[in-house]
Amino acid sequence: MQKTIAGATIDVNEEGFLTDPSQWNEAVAAALAAEESVGPLTEAHWKVLHHLRAKHAAGEEVTIRQLGKSGVVTTKDLYALFPNGPLKKAARIAGVPKPVGCI
Amino acid sequence: MSDSAPFDPDNNAPLEKVLIIVSRGSLDGIYPALILANGARMEGIEASVFFTFFGMNALIEKTMDSLKVSTVGNAALNLAMPMLGMPVTMPFPTMVGSIPGVSAFATHLMNKEMERLDVPPVREFLEMISDAGGKIYACKLAMDMFKLGKEDLWERLDGVLTVGDFYKEAAGTRTQVLFT
Repeated sequence: MQKTIAGATIDVNEEGFLTDPSQWNEAVAAALAAEESVGPLTEAHWKVLHHLRAKHAAGEEVTIRQLGKSGVVTTKDLYALFPNGPLKKAARIAGVPKPVGCI
Repeated sequence: MSDSAPFDPDNNAPLEKVLIIVSRGSLDGIYPALILANGARMEGIEASVFFTFFGMNALIEKTMDSLKVSTVGNAALNLAMPMLGMPVTMPFPTMVGSIPGVSAFATHLMNKEMERLDVPPVREFLEMISDAGGKIYACKLAMDMFKLGKEDLWERLDGVLTVGDFYKEAAGTRTQVLFT
C-alpha cells in the first residue's frame, strides 16, 4: 500500500515497513520516528539508522547482539534510544525490513 | 480502574509483562527461558526471570559458564542427530548418554550451533537481558537449600525473592507467568 509522509509517497507493507528502501530519506525517517514515539532524532539515533541501512544494503541480518558488539551503540543505549521494541522500531524508521530473528 | 475491568474475550491488548520460572539447570533447561525473556524485551514487553531449584546453576559464578546438555533420560535426543550428519529418526539410547564424555560432546555441539545462530553463551545472555531492562532473580528457598550466599551468585543479580515477592512481581492484569 502507499502512504504519504513528510511530503513523500512511500510504499509500505501492512506493518508499516517500507518495501523499497530507496524511497527513504531523513525527513521520512523523522516522520516515522514521530509515529513510533521515538526522538526527536539525535546523532546517536542516526548512527544506528545508517548502520541498519548499510547492513541491509550489504545483505546482512542485524541482531541486537551484533549491534551491541558493533561499536555503534550499546545494548542499554539502544533500548533507551528506541524504547518498546528497539530493533523493530529502528528498522522501521531506517526504512529496512522488519528483523525476523528470535534474538 | 483498568485492573478491575471485566473480562473481555475480544481484548487483544498486547502483553505487558512476562515472568519466567526456570527450575532446570542443564543448558537445554535454561536457554528457552533466556530466549523468551530477551525476545520479550525486544518486543517492548517487560521481562523477569526467576531461577529456582536446579535453575540456580545458571546464576552461580563458578558454574554458569560450564552448563551441560543432559544426555541421560532425554528420549528426544534423536533431534540432535542431524547435527552429526545422521537422520533425525536415529535413536539415542540413554545408556549411550551415560558414557563419560558424551554429555560434554553434546554440549560442545549445542554451543557451536547456538553461536552459529547468534545465541550468546549464558553469561553474555544474562548481561544482554539485564542491559535490555529485564530483571534476573534468584529464589530464596533454593539458595538456602543449596547453601548459597549472594557472594556465590552473578553480581548483576536484581534480587533474591521469596514466594510472596515472586507473586508481587507477577502483579498486573496483562502479566503472564511462564514455566519453562
